[in-house]
Amino acid sequence: MKSVRTVKTALRALRRNLMRAALTTLGIVIGIAAVIAMMEIGNGSSIAIKKTIASMGANTLLVLPGTATSGGVTFGTGSAMTLTPQDADAIADECPAVLATAPIVRVRAQIVYGNRNWVPALIYGTSPDFLVVREWTDLTEGETFTDREIRNSSKVCVVGQTIVRELFEGESPIGKEIRIKNVSFRVIGVLKQKGANMMGMDQDDIVLAPWTTIKYRVSGSSATVSNQSAETTTSSGNYLNQLYPGSSKLYPDVSSSSYGPQPVRFSNIDQILVATRTPEHIPVAMEQITTLLRERHRIRPDEPEDFRLRDMTEITRTLSSTTRVITTLLLVVAMISLVVGGVGIMNIMLVSVTERTREIGLRMAVGAEPADILRQFLTESIVLCFLGGLFGISLGRLVSYLVTVFLNWPTATSVEAIIASVAVSVTVGLAFGYYPAWKASRLDPIEALRYE
Amino acid sequence: MDLIKLKDIIKVYNLGEIELQVLKGITMTICAGEFVALMGASGSGKSTLMNILGCLDRPSGGEYWLHGKEISNLTVNERARIRNKMIGFVFQNFNLLSRTSALENVMMPFTYAHESIPEKKMREQAMVMLERVGLADRANHHPSQLSGGQQQRVAIARALVNNPKLLLADEPTGNLDSKTSVEILEMFRELNEKDGLTVLLVTHDIDVGRAAKRMIHIRDGLIVDGEYSEATLTPVEGKR
Repeated sequence: MKSVRTVKTALRALRRNLMRAALTTLGIVIGIAAVIAMMEIGNGSSIAIKKTIASMGANTLLVLPGTATSGGVTFGTGSAMTLTPQDADAIADECPAVLATAPIVRVRAQIVYGNRNWVPALIYGTSPDFLVVREWTDLTEGETFTDREIRNSSKVCVVGQTIVRELFEGESPIGKEIRIKNVSFRVIGVLKQKGANMMGMDQDDIVLAPWTTIKYRVSGSSATVSNQSAETTTSSGNYLNQLYPGSSKLYPDVSSSSYGPQPVRFSNIDQILVATRTPEHIPVAMEQITTLLRERHRIRPDEPEDFRLRDMTEITRTLSSTTRVITTLLLVVAMISLVVGGVGIMNIMLVSVTERTREIGLRMAVGAEPADILRQFLTESIVLCFLGGLFGISLGRLVSYLVTVFLNWPTATSVEAIIASVAVSVTVGLAFGYYPAWKASRLDPIEALRYE
Repeated sequence: MDLIKLKDIIKVYNLGEIELQVLKGITMTICAGEFVALMGASGSGKSTLMNILGCLDRPSGGEYWLHGKEISNLTVNERARIRNKMIGFVFQNFNLLSRTSALENVMMPFTYAHESIPEKKMREQAMVMLERVGLADRANHHPSQLSGGQQQRVAIARALVNNPKLLLADEPTGNLDSKTSVEILEMFRELNEKDGLTVLLVTHDIDVGRAAKRMIHIRDGLIVDGEYSEATLTPVEGKR
């Protein structure tokens, strides 16, 4: 009740000199407006930056097979043959934190076009989802292969910009035939330039083909493969019937020369590339994938996993540090502008106290205690700052809206910034209003009444 | 009954090295329902005495009994409370809040009352006071829209709104023309006679002082004359 009346009195006092109240609070208005506008623009850019970094793979996970051991000899990461394309599908279907998955079969081989040859850094047998995971779906030319081509293990491929440069000398490779280990592939698409990744590896030095084709026609038929796992995959059978009913014979029977030490599944793949919904989903996704794969691979709770998960910790850290830098920077700017605004408030409140000395004297004469006077002036400056804050928020939002409309900058509403602005403007009112209010409360009523 | 009882009131100001004794021992009594004028030239100490009577200042020595309570040694807050409850002030320059309606000016003392009064009751009571000074139709006017006499009447309404025991008027007619002065003084007399309000008029103007029923003259910090000749309690002069 009393506080309501105090606020009313403050409002009445401010209304007595509306113009000056407005000008006084202008500093706060501008300060808060700047904070809000910058926070919204900064938030927008930070989201844009996040997206960019995410396209570098911050939201991707790699599922690798575990280590194969034979007679005390371990073969290193990825030597076990436990991952299947079905695992990839299951992860995509059953883990809510996962956006998409792509199975990957790797092979390292020479590719030949006409009289030129080249050894790409990466030849991936994969699914179209690979491009979704890597956020690479825009092609420069042509189109990507589809699930049908995977089912038929068609001999088609999509190539990166480096391949175009090295093998085709810049001319359009669409429709051309290249040979990978003597298997002829028709180029149906060209990837957009992506440049080097964080480790400096050229990401455009890549050939993508349906994983079934690479698996069964390229790596399977060759004797020399870089990957140990490939050596034993030949035992997996000559038909895709179990996977895709009705498919044709893949390659001539090479007899089952499988005396590998591990039990071999129908078809294993080298990696599964996983994209989570956002970079923040990575830990959840890792948990979900682990649970799912343990179940699918029938691993007892006390047994070690036969697969490994790798995330892009480094990239994730870069991302969070980038946003932290932006936020800190904005906070510093905000603080400075609000302190400037606060000094303005203090200045005018001091003038106001001097100007209203007689009023203070009168109020004291009719029974105001020093605490009442202190409270009144403090309330006035807080109300002033609070209203200034509210006005500043609307102004800032307007500015950020205009920036979006006219400059096409990305902006994003920041609820935290709005709440913080209100809190800060009230605090500024309290901090910078205290000294003038204290001064007012210390006035001697006799002197104050006589003041001219 | 004695409303005000002063005994050997002394006020000393410290002006650096010099000590200036402004009140040199004032002893006097004012009964409830009196209409007194406190007279004296400037520099006589009458303003200082008025400040002490109005509880705005504390004496350096002596006793001040107001309404049966010794109040010369109260704290700042206690004095504020006494001012709010017991004393109404009327000033020479009206001291109304600018750009604030007459009604709200009159309501102002309620803001500092310790018990909470509903807004509606505050308004009603303020209206009653404005009616009493004949300005009910001007309740929503701002001071700048009122004449000097009207402003002073608003100030009187404000002084009376808390039902004080004592009305202290410091040169209430100093800024008014003679015709309006007479009206204001007439209002004081009326308040004194009709409502039994104790009025203390502080002035240097003998014509104004004559409106009161009793004059107390101060010179050089001492009462020179004005005690009842029939007074039994106190001597005519407070010399020591």
